[in-house]
Amino acid sequence: MSKEVISIFVDNSSNVLTRVASLFGRRGFNIESLTVSTTNDPRISRITVVFNGGKQSLHQILTQTRKLEVVKDIFTLDKDTSLFRELLLVKIACDKSNRSAVKEIVDIFRGKIISLSKHNMIVELTGASEKIDGFLDMINCYDVLEVCRTGVTGISRDSSSIDEDSD
Amino acid sequence: MKLNGSQIIMEVLKEQGVDTVFGYPGGAALNVYDSLYDYSDQIHHILTAHEQGASHAADGYSRSTGKTGVVFATSGPGATNLVTGLATAFLDSVPMVAITCNVTDDAIGRDAFQEVSITGVTLPITKHNFFVNKIENLADAIRQAFRIANEGRKGPVLIDITKDVTALNNTYEYTKQEPVALKPNPSIDPTKIDAILEAIKLSKKPVVYFGGGVASSQAKEELNEFLKRLDAPATYTLMGAGVLNFEDPKNLGLIGMHGSMLANQAIDQADLVFALGTRFSDRVALNPNQFAKRAAIVHVDIDESEINKNVVINFDVVADIKDFLKAILEKLDQQDHSDWIEHLKQYKKFIDVPVQEATIRPRDIIEATCDLTDKETIYVTDVGQHQMWAAQYLKHEKAENFLTSGGLGTMGYGYGAAIGAQAGNPEKRVIHFTGDGSFHMNLNEACTAVSNKLPIITIIFDNKVLGMVYQWQTVFYNKHYSQTIPGRKTDYVQLAKGFGAKGFEVNTLEEFKDAFQQALKEKGPVWIACNIAKEERVLPMIPNGGTIDDMIIK
Repeated sequence: MSKEVISIFVDNSSNVLTRVASLFGRRGFNIESLTVSTTNDPRISRITVVFNGGKQSLHQILTQTRKLEVVKDIFTLDKDTSLFRELLLVKIACDKSNRSAVKEIVDIFRGKIISLSKHNMIVELTGASEKIDGFLDMINCYDVLEVCRTGVTGISRDSSSIDEDSD
Repeated sequence: MKLNGSQIIMEVLKEQGVDTVFGYPGGAALNVYDSLYDYSDQIHHILTAHEQGASHAADGYSRSTGKTGVVFATSGPGATNLVTGLATAFLDSVPMVAITCNVTDDAIGRDAFQEVSITGVTLPITKHNFFVNKIENLADAIRQAFRIANEGRKGPVLIDITKDVTALNNTYEYTKQEPVALKPNPSIDPTKIDAILEAIKLSKKPVVYFGGGVASSQAKEELNEFLKRLDAPATYTLMGAGVLNFEDPKNLGLIGMHGSMLANQAIDQADLVFALGTRFSDRVALNPNQFAKRAAIVHVDIDESEINKNVVINFDVVADIKDFLKAILEKLDQQDHSDWIEHLKQYKKFIDVPVQEATIRPRDIIEATCDLTDKETIYVTDVGQHQMWAAQYLKHEKAENFLTSGGLGTMGYGYGAAIGAQAGNPEKRVIHFTGDGSFHMNLNEACTAVSNKLPIITIIFDNKVLGMVYQWQTVFYNKHYSQTIPGRKTDYVQLAKGFGAKGFEVNTLEEFKDAFQQALKEKGPVWIACNIAKEERVLPMIPNGGTIDDMIIK
């Protein structure tokens, strides 16, 4: 079993997500996350899927999905030449006794405190999934009230683009 | 030209060359049927007893004519009654277009009377579906539906249209167009052909195993030439039945669960298997890890997603079968495998286990039917034992003349499909083989055959049990005949009379032949109920997940 990130370009019309998700469901494809967004072309949306499975099932998901009328293109994103990001919002219970300790961790991970009250704070963090996992692991000893992750989105690096994969 | 939505439907159907549709009217479809009234001299509508019958009729029409079958239904129950027919066509890759009407757009999503989201319901059983709630999208949706139904691997497409779009006062500019061009077939990589030719050189025991893809790409001639050149025998799935002539010495018979000993041995012993237009289903590759385990497998299919889906193969070519066969025939030298063909002669193609209780036997009925009909006859089956007997013993010579529900195994498919086949082929004889179980499912369509004077001859293999399940219960479930002995008292002669049809009941082969001769003279539908013994079984059989070693032959 290996993890693959798949990009799917689809028609930006109603029911498209249902068509794709329904196919995954009935074919029993093991999907870890799925994100959808519009693209610079208003007629096209982009779906990013993190898929867990062997080579044979990867071929199945690619070829079965490609058959959908609404799918314009589908391909896997190469791990070495693509960038992957996820956004995390997390609400942590904290007061003056431990606020600065939590802030220290947030700073190390280059997260942002976007809301603060007497009893809790909300942290925003962007990064590769491993970084988000690492952060959640670190704050696990505090009282985590809510976690919200967007799932992975990814893009392939053009050879001429500037590499800024430094965090 | 300004036309309303209902007229646009008729005009676009004419663009596609449609002259026959099957269906059933209803509230949401009133406008469409009103338009049909005006177009009745150009588009012939056959009203069935039930929308399921109409959907199977469109399927049978499509399979037997090669044209796209079209079915109309109203919203709600009208639309949901199409579901089994669409799924049947989907599993067997039959091009069909279903047009359903829905409630008006302002009522959508409010649980209006007879409202169902049929696009949601049919998502997994259509190649694609359209929901049209704007008249400007209507014509293109229908045109694209015909393209999608026929492009690549064929299949059904549904268009759901809200009633306001079809309204008589809702008009839109219509311009006639040619049908949308189909995407060309994938091109074949010549290096793949070369690699396969190398494998052929090394092979001493080649076998061809083919399915519906050969019929669908109309590659009968090329296949026969390929078999000749490769000097190899061939076996086929239910969907490939009829492509090879029955008497052809290279014809090994059916493969798989109820396939012949000969065909299953050949696949098991082969060192090279050509799988053409087929998908290694669980009725063929019962145990996918053991299937053709000594062979290198070449898989050719138009649908890329079939490659390595069920059985892992060695050479793949994504192509139309006809294109592939032409490409390989250009380079293939005459091979000689006479030793291999000689070796296979020790295995039987048919098994006959006498049944003491029988006064008339299934094989004799099928053979007599073939003897009394011509080569152009279309044979339609339902699902169950009679279907397997028909596949084993019918001497038909064209795949498009054998209509059967292979993938979905739809009991009740037969009568509707026979209506579609007869409507599309008025000059041909249509014979419908069925069992007493399948016949009871959709015999209501007899009224359709009577109204339309369709001289369909139905042959009922009546064993008073649900034979296929009964057979499995006999062999694997300690003869616990759970719900397979219905105890029905149907009098088939009286039943026919009630419908305005003609019925016979026979107990011997002589009586059958006599009844059949009389049936051939009738102008409307006829059925002949043949009282066969419930002990008759379909043999051989390999249990689910088994191999040739598990084959039951008596």
